[in-house]
Amino acid sequence: MADLSVKICGIDFKNPIIPASGVFGYGHEYEELFSLDRLGGIATKGTTLNLRKGNLAPRIAETPAGMLNSVGLQNPGIDHFINVDLPYLLTKDVVILANIAGSTPDECAEAAGKLDKTDVHMIELNISCPNVKQGGAAFGTSCEMAAEVTEKVRKATKKPLVVKLSPNVTSITDIAKAVESAGADAVSLINTLLGMRIDVDTGRPILKNNVGGLSGPAVFPVAVRMVWQVANAVKIPVIGMGGVSSGRDAIELMMAGASAVQVGAAIFTDPYAPVKIIDEMNEILDSRNISSVGEIIGAVKPW
Amino acid sequence: MVCSINARAAAKKRNSEDLFMKYTQGKYIITGKSAIAKEIYSFEISCPEVAEIASAGQFVHIRTGSFTLRRPISICGIDKKKGNLRIVFEIRGEGTSEIARLNEGDLIDMLAPLGHGFTVNPNYKKVVLIGGGIGTPPMLPLVNIYGKKAVAISGFRNSMAVILQEDFRSAGAETILCTDDGSAGIHGFVTQPFSELAKQGGIDAVYACGPMPMLKNIASICKEKNIYCEISLEERMACGIGACLGCACRTVRNDEEYFAHVCKDGPVFNAEEVLW
Repeated sequence: MADLSVKICGIDFKNPIIPASGVFGYGHEYEELFSLDRLGGIATKGTTLNLRKGNLAPRIAETPAGMLNSVGLQNPGIDHFINVDLPYLLTKDVVILANIAGSTPDECAEAAGKLDKTDVHMIELNISCPNVKQGGAAFGTSCEMAAEVTEKVRKATKKPLVVKLSPNVTSITDIAKAVESAGADAVSLINTLLGMRIDVDTGRPILKNNVGGLSGPAVFPVAVRMVWQVANAVKIPVIGMGGVSSGRDAIELMMAGASAVQVGAAIFTDPYAPVKIIDEMNEILDSRNISSVGEIIGAVKPW
Repeated sequence: MVCSINARAAAKKRNSEDLFMKYTQGKYIITGKSAIAKEIYSFEISCPEVAEIASAGQFVHIRTGSFTLRRPISICGIDKKKGNLRIVFEIRGEGTSEIARLNEGDLIDMLAPLGHGFTVNPNYKKVVLIGGGIGTPPMLPLVNIYGKKAVAISGFRNSMAVILQEDFRSAGAETILCTDDGSAGIHGFVTQPFSELAKQGGIDAVYACGPMPMLKNIASICKEKNIYCEISLEERMACGIGACLGCACRTVRNDEEYFAHVCKDGPVFNAEEVLW
């Protein structure tokens, strides 16, 4: 048994695997299949200050080795999360990353301020949702906006602050450096890549929102590249995600520089994916006589 | 015989207050396969832990060999004694085509049973079950419950696409068949014979599954005649259990618009809740 524990921003994770925000709701549905205690952490569904209805259906489209989604941040609002969902999650032996989003920096800061008064372990600020008209990805595509929203949220909370970055930018390292300077304790990446599918028979986009976020194995090499670049550009920890579907993928992303790994679309193919990935990582590390997962973080030897 | 992997959830005992659905994921043996119409297949699957808790109107979420997303398929038969489920599905694309290539003796990976099924009331004296095309299979478990009290109206493109009529009759239901081109049964849509039945009165409930325009028409006839109506919807789906919020459906709850989810709140909805 290798030691799978990692420490990020002073928080201990028993293993580095975290279901990504958006695929796991607030955990209830997966508790029916496995104990949430087996996970390193849970990134909760992106939650906004007020309830959001989300986008019209269809919100899902299949793509080669992946999928598009345009859920549009449907959520019951931060108060509901704090009063109903968070108390349940905090009964579990798992790190809770409360994912928040908003249409304006002030909205994000207000939501963070409310979370600051709770026992949530970390806040993951989503500045990269591609599916909402205002805010969302707009914050994540300019260094100035990314820094502004990070700074405002930073002032509203003392909780460890992870800023989730968009890959839909010219230079993700510049954005990462901007949020680091603005007070982020860690960054997580990549959010989905903006994509589109069209039904050739009808001429209509499959998604009612026309465009949506691409995830799944198709995006994995992009995630590896961006995690590697960002890990080399900032001093704060990087939480990696994007198309991870096996223990071997998770180790690859950690070798690129990730201190922990989020698992998204893989859970739709196999609902046990996060726990299987933990077991697979353990087997791989054991087979190589690596005693601690910490040894592989950033262990890539670039040419 | 059953091969069940990760069947932990089914083994878990939950108390009756629990609001969460029960479901499990595993690989189960296909014990029977037949082609029942052009590109329409029927599978018998041995899955006692799923059959035990499955109910009419629920669905199974099937993993394909090579796609990220599972394929939701409605349950067409539940044999709790034998521990079998039956599914009937049509090849719609590459994913269902892969599932159709599985054979008797192969394992099928299912997350099941999922969703909120039909409401069954033993006091009903007459119910009408309406299936359009591949919306017909979820009506069979209801026919098996209601027997002679059921009238099953089915509509298909043409005579080549007709399925399950003998199954309905052997369960005791009266059957009314329609085809779009008149090659079998009544020439026209299911709404035609249904309107006539609705006029005669005495219907306690209507259950329907099929294309949206068909469901919309049936719902409006039921509303006009004040007949209780439940419809089973379809939407592009990811997780299948209510976590990802992908399969949204516009509904009204407490006089407010609400995006419900076909996988967890449905697939069966009270027709009056749905915003068309």
